[in-house]
Amino acid sequence: MAQAQTVEKKQMRTPIESGCPDGMQYMHPLMVKNFGNWKYHDRPRPGVLHHVAYSGDEIWTVRVGTQRQLGPYEINLLCDIVDQYGEGHVRFTIRSNLEVMVSKWEKVGPLIQAFNDAGYPVGGTGNSVTMISHTQGWLHCDIPGTDASGVVKSLMDELYEEFVKEEMPNRVHITTSCCQINCGGQGDIAINVQHTKPPKINHDLVANVCERPSVVARCPVAAIRPAIVNGKPSLEVDEKKCICCGACYPPCPPMQINDPEHSKLAIWVGGKNSNARSKPMFQKLVAAGLPNNPPRWPEVAAVVKKILYTYKKDARDWERVGDWVERIGWPRFFELTGLPFTKFHIDNWRGARNSLNASAHIRF
Amino acid sequence: MSDARTPPKDPTRHSTYVPKEKKSTKAFHPTPMLDQLESGPWPSFVTGLKRLAHDNNMMVDLLGQLEHSYKTRLGYWKGGTVSVFGYGGGIIPRFSEVAAMFPESKEFHTLRVQPPAGNHYTTKLLRQLSNSWNKWGSGLIAFHGQTGNIMFIGSTSENTQHFFDEINEYGFDLGGAGPCVRTAMSCVGAARCEQSCTNEHRIHRTLVNNFIDDMHRPALPYKFKFKVSGCPNDCMNSIQRADFAVIGTWRDDMQVDQQGVKEYVKGHGRKYTIDNVIARCPTKALSLNDDDTLDVDNKSCVRCMHCINVMTKALKPGKDHGITLLIGGKRTLKIGDTMGTVIVPFMKMETDEDYEKLRELAATVIDFWAENGLEHERCGEMIERIGLANFLEGIGVEVDPNMIAHPRTSSYVRMDDWDQEAQKWIDRKNQQAA
Repeated sequence: MAQAQTVEKKQMRTPIESGCPDGMQYMHPLMVKNFGNWKYHDRPRPGVLHHVAYSGDEIWTVRVGTQRQLGPYEINLLCDIVDQYGEGHVRFTIRSNLEVMVSKWEKVGPLIQAFNDAGYPVGGTGNSVTMISHTQGWLHCDIPGTDASGVVKSLMDELYEEFVKEEMPNRVHITTSCCQINCGGQGDIAINVQHTKPPKINHDLVANVCERPSVVARCPVAAIRPAIVNGKPSLEVDEKKCICCGACYPPCPPMQINDPEHSKLAIWVGGKNSNARSKPMFQKLVAAGLPNNPPRWPEVAAVVKKILYTYKKDARDWERVGDWVERIGWPRFFELTGLPFTKFHIDNWRGARNSLNASAHIRF
Repeated sequence: MSDARTPPKDPTRHSTYVPKEKKSTKAFHPTPMLDQLESGPWPSFVTGLKRLAHDNNMMVDLLGQLEHSYKTRLGYWKGGTVSVFGYGGGIIPRFSEVAAMFPESKEFHTLRVQPPAGNHYTTKLLRQLSNSWNKWGSGLIAFHGQTGNIMFIGSTSENTQHFFDEINEYGFDLGGAGPCVRTAMSCVGAARCEQSCTNEHRIHRTLVNNFIDDMHRPALPYKFKFKVSGCPNDCMNSIQRADFAVIGTWRDDMQVDQQGVKEYVKGHGRKYTIDNVIARCPTKALSLNDDDTLDVDNKSCVRCMHCINVMTKALKPGKDHGITLLIGGKRTLKIGDTMGTVIVPFMKMETDEDYEKLRELAATVIDFWAENGLEHERCGEMIERIGLANFLEGIGVEVDPNMIAHPRTSSYVRMDDWDQEAQKWIDRKNQQAA
């Protein structure tokens, strides 16, 4: 037996720990040639970037919206288009848009046409609503409160027009997250799961599945303690203390936090990663208690659209959602969007004092 | 020009295409809820999953399980332990809790694979990756996950090794999963952006490839992420999402093409220029002259990028490029959200020695955190717990007023050795002057 194992091990291939591959070998030749020597850019039409190098070289980039999860059919379809109308080089943006680079303006029109003919939208540049940042959800995550791909698909169907046009005051980054860990990140508008009830514990499984001290340590409000339940070592939750964050669920799956009824969706606004104008900003809670309603989450879409179109109408050029709210103030935000303001909007976590209005600055 | 919403000219070459021939042997599960996500103008992932289900039984049952999640509004995947020979991480194991109903997708693991820096691909490479995955896995690939990996979704435990062996031979390696250095990200940067102030690709690969052992064999307190953005627009969201954020910047005067400014004012009007460029400067460092040229108070400019973003043909970052480093960004769990904090306001990134210095600093930070961080404590949380001053002492970096928004407002502090600390600052200043 021991011998057989040795033989098997010998046959195992040792990995080549090559790490992150060099991008230069796959890059469009004009990008290699003009690396670090670009002069300026403009956007000749929505979905197209035009960069000019000091050498006089020009490159056009066509940005294409995708469903992020691609199979061989889509990959070959998109690659066929790039090989026929483009120049064989692509890249992906952080928001799952495909970028196709070409060296001639004349190639841009036929390239766009070919993508459109294949059912793929071109847009997502400048002051548009670009692709929604995408997590895994029910398709692959082990702790999801909702789906990701379905929420993104439903919303992008509704916001298609805003993807292919550049008619927003500034760029709009929408994010989705299937639990409160918020893998989707900060967004101008963020749609995140918000649990509203403490975890339901399967006491028969805890002792075998969970490393109890690390679960106790994981709780941000020290609401979990070891306990013997039905004669078995388990954990119990002080439900008065519990903030329903779900942090105990990943290390201890028998502490089920997801609930078809009580896992709700919340909407946050004003997150911004860029340093432009203001420093980077966190997103703030504006709406909660929305039902987790697949397959198209209409209640969520309605709130997102209400916020988005209020922003579109009221914000000034170059104001991101967060910049806009800083100008008009939160009372006006709630007034214009018609969203209710509640005691839950007032922060009570660490540093919450900094979010209170300690001044006589009031807009009337 | 038609757009993507017009009916397809060639239905066999379209995002809505579903093959007539079914090669998978298992009957489809009814999917009335998912079917509703096939309509609408955005390309449908459901149609994509159905195409794959025509090809293999794993995707037939995967669609069944997904529909079951939609119906019951719960997820049914559980983690476990799967890795390739020689590595301890890089694979997200998924075992179905409802395998009795959907046995073909009972193992549906994801391999996290590091993309080329800057996410550059040739069509040949994309097809090659797709072919390899179609051979060993479900065929479904996500470009890309939120940390920046190519996500090869849907493999049996056995085939993870075969797939890895195949792509590893042509230059691809697993990313991170678990308490380890994670896959890094860098923007398109110098490859195609005039606002880039550094070589994002080289920084990205210098950093992450130096910690490849810490990536493949998870043994750190928690995850550690590097992200590199070529300018303060921070397209990689690094300040908020990375433990170690590298931002390209400049320390000389920004470049102003006064003719370009005049043309912008002519094209957009003086009021528009004042309202959208001058008045939006966060430190009031801009002034429009009477002849429509621009005055820049470069000493007050904080390199926010706004005016440069607006007047792309007239304004550019300066020429004395370098980077700013911020450490400790992360999302909520468990102390609340943190942005990274400035640790190095400026360092040059030109010579091999500069890169070596950056690599050494990153190693010092990771070593210090590995030693002092608690289990499941991100670097930023550790800094919050021990205080920035202690962290700086630990990594051997001197204090700098660029690290703070403002000095302390609380008098509750012991200052026994104020004189020595003040002398350090004076000595440093004298040294710089000399």
